[in-house]
Amino acid sequence: MNIAAATESPPVTFRLRRPPTVPLEAETLTPDVIERLSNAEIRSLIVYHGKRQLPLSEFFDVEGERSDRLELHGDLNKVRWIGRAMSHGSITVHGRVGMHLGAYMRGGEIEVHGDAGDWVGAEMKHGFIRVRGNAGGQVGAAYRGSLAGMKNGLIIIDGTAGLEVGMRMRRGTIVIGGRAKDFVGLQMKGGTIVLLEGAEIRAGAWMNRGTIISLQPIQLMPTFAFAAAYNPMFMHILSRHLQPHGIALPCAASEGSFQLFSGDLAVPGKGELFVWEGQSPAI
Amino acid sequence: MLRIVNGKVYDPANGIDGQVREICIDESGRIAQNVTGGRTIDATGMIVFPGGVDVHTHVAGGAINFARAMTPEDHRRTQAFIRTKTRRSGLGGMAPTTFATGYLYAGMGWTTVNEAAVPVLSARHTHEELTDIPIVDKASLTLMANNEIVLDLLENGEYERAKHAVAWYVWAAKSYGIKAVNPGGVAAWKWGHDAKQLTSPIAGYNNITPGTIVTQLARICEELNLPHPIHLHCNNLGAPGNIATTIDTLKHLEGRRAHIAHSQYHAYGGDGWESMCSRTSELADYFNSHPQLTTDAGAVLFGDTVTITADGPWQHLLYKLTGRKWGNLDVENETGCGIVPYTYRPSNLVNAVQWAAGLELLLLIKDPWQVFLSTDHPNGGCFWRYPEIIKLLMCADFRRECLTQLPARIKKHITLPEIDREYTLYEVATAMSAGPARALGLTRKGNLGVGCDGDVVIYHDTDDVEQMFGHPRYVIKGGEIVIEEGEIRETPEGREFLARPSYDPATDEFMKPLFEECYTMSFENYPVELERIERAEIMECSSE
Repeated sequence: MNIAAATESPPVTFRLRRPPTVPLEAETLTPDVIERLSNAEIRSLIVYHGKRQLPLSEFFDVEGERSDRLELHGDLNKVRWIGRAMSHGSITVHGRVGMHLGAYMRGGEIEVHGDAGDWVGAEMKHGFIRVRGNAGGQVGAAYRGSLAGMKNGLIIIDGTAGLEVGMRMRRGTIVIGGRAKDFVGLQMKGGTIVLLEGAEIRAGAWMNRGTIISLQPIQLMPTFAFAAAYNPMFMHILSRHLQPHGIALPCAASEGSFQLFSGDLAVPGKGELFVWEGQSPAI
Repeated sequence: MLRIVNGKVYDPANGIDGQVREICIDESGRIAQNVTGGRTIDATGMIVFPGGVDVHTHVAGGAINFARAMTPEDHRRTQAFIRTKTRRSGLGGMAPTTFATGYLYAGMGWTTVNEAAVPVLSARHTHEELTDIPIVDKASLTLMANNEIVLDLLENGEYERAKHAVAWYVWAAKSYGIKAVNPGGVAAWKWGHDAKQLTSPIAGYNNITPGTIVTQLARICEELNLPHPIHLHCNNLGAPGNIATTIDTLKHLEGRRAHIAHSQYHAYGGDGWESMCSRTSELADYFNSHPQLTTDAGAVLFGDTVTITADGPWQHLLYKLTGRKWGNLDVENETGCGIVPYTYRPSNLVNAVQWAAGLELLLLIKDPWQVFLSTDHPNGGCFWRYPEIIKLLMCADFRRECLTQLPARIKKHITLPEIDREYTLYEVATAMSAGPARALGLTRKGNLGVGCDGDVVIYHDTDDVEQMFGHPRYVIKGGEIVIEEGEIRETPEGREFLARPSYDPATDEFMKPLFEECYTMSFENYPVELERIERAEIMECSSE
């Protein structure tokens, strides 16, 4: 995906001058806010350094103005809420990024060349987030107490992910390239989670509906029941949907088949958990 | 000292209906005949009401605190109160925090609230929270209809001793009166049952039935001479067809005074969720022919809220129906409690019937001295939405407009479309202030007569009813201007009303061994000390 080609005007670039000593809450770093402002106005935007309000220029050198394309450079692992509730435009981060990246996002694209913290795309409604490195926990999840996590959109984490990926998600797709930790799809209500390298324990706990696909064997909870072994049609469509992002799912019966388990029967839920079982090479 | 001139006064307690009168408040904060000096408010083009009185609300204690803890999602989206020089911080929303509760009530002109359900075991906690609710005056009611010591006494026919025990409990909890919730049903819930028939014995007992509890507790309240009669949450709340249970309960009162809480939830016909309909006209007729009864509507407004009640079995059912979060508290030998966040939707037939039924009761019970404004906060909606209900009561056209948003098939289930009555300002003042104050026995509230508390609210006289009642021009509490031009100016501490019924001094010795046998705390730590109540105002109740 070539984000840079999305619009004509030059992007606004932010370079971190000094790393914040405590978390920096910077929900103003979204295209929706930046696109309307001159360079001076952007510099004077208020960010919260702990409880103190400071101008953005205390932490960032800013170049450019009035663009819905943002480029961030530096070790931003303490900078939170980047792209919060953004509706369009793009954010590219070169470096690590802190918690709540793209939370409540409604549209647009975020790309991170580095690692991301917890709560990537939490409760997002639409849009696309790609993290080239690893992510923390609660990717696309519901915040504590909320009934639903991500409602649509696509999140791709190339590396590993932490606990509770897709917790209470309702729709949309999450792809985790590396291994995910415990409780993938906890209390999931819909949507799809693709695990290219499998996950730790208790995947799908309390899931009501939705789909978890693992291309590697994973440890199943006893409340998931074997239903069938087959090659579902939708896997072709999902694979084609993910193909522009360089992700391919095995579909052909000649390569193997998916084992379908249904659960979580403790809820009782109608979720489906697919585990790929490749054909052992013919002797 | 304060003088309010040129305002149109609505003071139902004294029969003043919109005449221009002068209201004076002396330095002790009481209404006076005349004052010299002090500030004068020119209320030209404004209307003057006695401060609102909420007869039934849940604003402090274990249950509402559990509800706060269970709904962090609401805290993220709700109105935040940022600390200022005069104001503490807090959060509004479905279950507002203590300080915010005071600001929100006062912000719409309410100056007295009655916390309607307090187990004796969490009375201390409740009083601590009530102390932290600024501006408004407070009272609380003790849960009594599932208390095992009292039920055992009634089971054994020891009525006199039960009466002394109840009086002992009221004083131990430092409360103002008695609340009965699902009589016998919460005790039965601890055996996995409920109590839906007034005449069937309660699980765990041989003799007593919900009916006996209702009759005996009503009699006890009367004989103890409590300022407020029995405050009754009937059995079978929320269930289709429960009108029969409700009417049966009212008959078990045997002509005694009573306040029926949130009667909207007790006025349904039908035999299932599909056929559920409003039978409010039947209930309203009963009230119309029994002037000794009062009630509050427990009206429902569409939107998100959190339901909390001592009615544990009902909350379990509601959790099963919604599949949402559920909290359950077991309060040792006294009562239970359930908490379930809930969303009332206009598209849902049952919710639509509930919405209509609350308004129907307010409109069909003819005497506004008998039916009061409430949402059973936070169960039917949050208290800070009262102005919306007032608008629905005052504007029949607005009601019709709202009805068009409901499913078409609702018409067979409700009578609201046939009701044309519109509340006058005088009736609103009765239902929000004078009526509930009288029902609570708070003689100096809801009344602008000389000697009463200087709790006054002044509204702009405009056609936009919701705006007018939501944003008072001035709110005066005990003679102090607390709200002016939409700003909180002062946050005085409110008082707490307690009732002290007399009881046999030997009750302590009777209770102690029973208590030590079955409670987890020591007897000495159980009653709330009077010193813990700040600004207590005690009403002595003589038993003869």
